[in-house]
Amino acid sequence: MIQIENLSFGYSRKSLLFRNLNLRLQEGHIYGLLGKNGAGKSTLLKNMVGLVSPMEGSCRVNGLEASKRFPAMLEDLYFIPEEIYTPSLTARQFVANTAPFYPLFDEEAFYRYLSEFDVPQQEVFSKMSFGQQKKAIIAFGLATNTSVLIMDEPTNGLDIPSKVQFRRIIASALTEHRCIIISTHQVRDLDSLIDTLVVVHDREIVLNESLDTISERLSFTTIPETEAQNALYTEDALRGKNAILPNLMGNYSKVDMELLFNAITSGNTSVTEILKRPHYEQSF
Amino acid sequence: MEFKENEPIYLQIAAHVCDQILLGKWAAEDKIPSVRDLAVSFQVNPNTVMRTYEQLQNQEVIYNKRGIGFFVTPDAVQKVKAQRKERFLQQDLPAFFRNIFLLEIDLDDIQQRYEAFKTQNYESEIEQKP
Repeated sequence: MIQIENLSFGYSRKSLLFRNLNLRLQEGHIYGLLGKNGAGKSTLLKNMVGLVSPMEGSCRVNGLEASKRFPAMLEDLYFIPEEIYTPSLTARQFVANTAPFYPLFDEEAFYRYLSEFDVPQQEVFSKMSFGQQKKAIIAFGLATNTSVLIMDEPTNGLDIPSKVQFRRIIASALTEHRCIIISTHQVRDLDSLIDTLVVVHDREIVLNESLDTISERLSFTTIPETEAQNALYTEDALRGKNAILPNLMGNYSKVDMELLFNAITSGNTSVTEILKRPHYEQSF
Repeated sequence: MEFKENEPIYLQIAAHVCDQILLGKWAAEDKIPSVRDLAVSFQVNPNTVMRTYEQLQNQEVIYNKRGIGFFVTPDAVQKVKAQRKERFLQQDLPAFFRNIFLLEIDLDDIQQRYEAFKTQNYESEIEQKP
């Protein structure tokens, strides 16, 4: 789906945001892209959709170089930036103007998503609140049925019921031919949807791993202060410490994405080393 | 639905499906919700539900009619009960035995209490049994 090879990029030659970056994203998955402020999440997404061009290396979407912006690539990709622009058009007018660029656009699905999101169909987009505008564009992006759907902080500005609707709609929109990439700081909004975590840190992709593998190898738990020396990473909590430990017993614990993210971006290498070990076939 | 944190979500969804079958809400040869519909109602990744259905297929609780959907197998209730019984005997019973042993509880006493419990809670169902 998306193949990034040896990509280097920066807004100026002196300070590169990425150096020799490699990343492969596949269809049938929902990727969660995490990174600190300024780590380059949005810039990475812009490279993927051809809004900026790499200084070196390549970024291909379905085999086509993103920065060349071939129509064949653009009609099969939809990008929802964090700050959206909406014209003063109603839903129907927006469809008339924009949908022809997307051959697989499903108009009926678009209106269905709008009503699920409680977005009025007669009103002009630009007159709506930020949250309503965002939901309208998310509904449109999902209805385009492009094989690649990229969203930058989609849950920002969404109210509480809309977040539930968002999760329902994304769950219904993933097919085995689709690749959904969501960059977010609000991991709790999405933690049962994301199946693979990608973390950008220090100009590199420091993690690209399925949550299944992560929970197979690491345990996330709260331990008493006295047991902290066995942990790979700990954070103070109300009772004892929230900790990441190697999963030696094969027990399941839910991946605490925030804790894992903090561990990785604090420069703790023991966690990533365990995750980077080659995959072994399960022998039992 | 709120998920427990100490068990994989796909297993919790499997338990939910098995509950529906034991409760008789989904009967033998009934079509069950599609992967997508169940993913939407639980707000989870469809791959998670796919994993649930794959496991239930291996356990012969459900089967796949290609292109039509997933259906409850004729002997799903027995399969689910057999699995749960196995799990109870493997996991819960040893803990129960340990307590009986440590607290020196007489097995006859347990037997009496069990009979009383049955009549108190399941009287109507016992009468129905031949």
